[in-house]
Amino acid sequence: MAIYLDHAATTPIRQELVQGYLEQLQVLGNPSSVHSSGQAARRSLEDARDLLAKVVGCHRSEVLFTSGGTESDNLAIKGLYLQRKSEDANRTVVITAGTEHHAGIDPVEWLEAHEGAQSVWLPVNGNGVVDLDWLANYLTENAVRVALISLMWVNNETGIITPISEVTALAAKHGIPVHSDAVAAFGHVSTNFAASGLATMAISGHKLGSPVGIGALIVARDAKLAVISHGGGQERGIRSGTLSTPLAYTLAKASALAEAEREEMSLRLGDFKEQIVSAVKAVAPDADFTRGDQPGFAGIVHFTFPGCSGDSLLYLLDAAGVSVSTGSACRAGVAQPSHVIMAMGRSEHQARGSLRISLGYTTTQADIDAFIKAFPVAYAGAHKAGLPSN
Amino acid sequence: MKVLAAMSGGVDSAVAAARAVEAGHEVVGVHLALSRNSGTLRTSSRGCCTIEDSMDAQRAANVLGIPYYVWDFSEKFKTDVVDDFVAEYQAGRTPNPCMRCNERIKFAALLEKALALGFDAVCTGHYASLVTDPDGNLELHRSAEVAKDQSYVLGVLTEDQLKHSMFPLGATASKSEIRKEADRRGLSVANKPDSYDICFIPEGDTQDWLTEKVGKAPGQIVDREGEVLGNHEGTHEFTVGQRKGLSIGRPAADGKPRYVLEIRPKTNTVVVGPQAALAISEMAGGRYTWCGQAPANTDEWTEILVQVRAHGEALEAKFAILDGEMVIKLLEPLLGVAPGQTAVLYAGTRVLGQTTIDRTVSAVPVGA
Repeated sequence: MAIYLDHAATTPIRQELVQGYLEQLQVLGNPSSVHSSGQAARRSLEDARDLLAKVVGCHRSEVLFTSGGTESDNLAIKGLYLQRKSEDANRTVVITAGTEHHAGIDPVEWLEAHEGAQSVWLPVNGNGVVDLDWLANYLTENAVRVALISLMWVNNETGIITPISEVTALAAKHGIPVHSDAVAAFGHVSTNFAASGLATMAISGHKLGSPVGIGALIVARDAKLAVISHGGGQERGIRSGTLSTPLAYTLAKASALAEAEREEMSLRLGDFKEQIVSAVKAVAPDADFTRGDQPGFAGIVHFTFPGCSGDSLLYLLDAAGVSVSTGSACRAGVAQPSHVIMAMGRSEHQARGSLRISLGYTTTQADIDAFIKAFPVAYAGAHKAGLPSN
Repeated sequence: MKVLAAMSGGVDSAVAAARAVEAGHEVVGVHLALSRNSGTLRTSSRGCCTIEDSMDAQRAANVLGIPYYVWDFSEKFKTDVVDDFVAEYQAGRTPNPCMRCNERIKFAALLEKALALGFDAVCTGHYASLVTDPDGNLELHRSAEVAKDQSYVLGVLTEDQLKHSMFPLGATASKSEIRKEADRRGLSVANKPDSYDICFIPEGDTQDWLTEKVGKAPGQIVDREGEVLGNHEGTHEFTVGQRKGLSIGRPAADGKPRYVLEIRPKTNTVVVGPQAALAISEMAGGRYTWCGQAPANTDEWTEILVQVRAHGEALEAKFAILDGEMVIKLLEPLLGVAPGQTAVLYAGTRVLGQTTIDRTVSAVPVGA
């Protein structure tokens, strides 16, 4: 059995969900049907919505179930942009950052190519922290042209936390809606939606221990989104399509379980993170802990190793039975240096030396011990192999 | 042995990996990411650089039950193969990028990385045979499947590289046998079309692609006596032996078509002349290697066979190393050989070595 340290890609399904999920699978009925079978399914679905709303810190009407984080980001970014531009044709600017996930960047680039949008990339420093002074100045001069701001809450590669409430406070002065991809944040750091000031927030179930295929877009009651996906009008007309009651159940339940243990887990993972950082530094003194001393989610531990290829490290650790990653799993099939690390000002060579160790609710001291044991040998081998360009 | 199977996503490398597994080796599949901007789906007859190809390779590795990884060599591929290809054309030569990829990437950068990471050998789907002679020396021979033989593009391998190479398809009688075997093993690439084109050139139009890279550089088209016959928009648009696209208004005195005889990058000139003037009797190169044990007495003329194209014929010739240069004299004149091409020497089916051709000697003197 592999030592699994890639929880940011996906985390094991919570055993507490399995029985309830199997029971839900037996419930006959489309939640949108009018007859009593449909109503039984609807009842279960709305139970899930109530529970999820409570955990998220929002009104039940603000929860829209989706297939996951990527769909939620697309609905929000495109929907907010098109709505805002339809209200005022001058609003064509989308402010975002180069360190965003592709689910955040690619919709913006699509809007540029097809809907007359202009992307403005918020500067980030070497640790991945967005420059809020720059944002404040930009908004002072250009607010009338801004359609929306989109910034992820916790970066999926580096674990850095964006101070969302500071962003929303700046945006609120100008009435600009803010979207946040909270896929890596929700259930891991404090993310109360009502207090956040966000217009929209994307979350995903499988990062919390639910099966893949369910997520939600939280849409504030006063936020207006143009509809970009059309059909039967479910979920406030913003996300049409038959809803999966069993998956909605798993998302809500997994979220509640994650939230209940969040603070305790954060302490535990914080201790594990410290152990990993000191063990890695002892073996590889020139390793760069990417987010430095900036606030971050303890479960994501990202390094760059000079003169060493991340894929060599990954291979050698995998061969030793330890599953880690070189970055996001979402660009599988091609190997490219991480755009996130390069957006932080690192060179392509530095980005190629990336390794992400991500921890989750099942991570134990034994997992950390196994990593610390396997790492020195893997590092020695990877260092010897060097970079292919050398 | 611990074997790294280079898997392009094609049927040959998949079956090669399967045979390595079956031979009892501990095999890991690796797909080389060589392109910066991978397309989603395979188009035309390019071989290896789309996400679909990577997925095909992964699927094959999964079916074989071996670990699979994608390793990024795109930066090295760009400098050592793509940029080299452009520079060679700009220098008036005709390069073979597949050969350069074997020389610099597959059996150099990849092999070095594999050895550093604890592998013993790199396995590929090339059609060629590794044979051990009675003294225990490794020899590279032509594949049993002559029509698919790829020993030419492996001619750049040295003895040390051969020691860490595996070509499990070498003894195969035919490509159709490989496809049948892939099908029997449940590999979905069994019927995937063969690739022919240069992998980094979309749509297979080398001249257009080069023009995009280097821009236009107008110059003159002259005959062997130096008389100006017309103009061109860049020497990279021409290769030795080319007949079409010369755009020369005036016909030759004898009314026969003209061919590109030579490209002179220093003066940005293309030299044309009659087909007969394409014939060369000798070629030579300073950059040569031996594929396995170096032959004895290389300063004396030795009869060998020489091949100058991947699917060309092997021609009778003799060679010697003279003043640090591999000189090859052909028994019969040969048409249209360009500097930059690789001459691979064979002794029967065995690959002896190779040189990149720096210069040729015409079989027909000027004015003849």
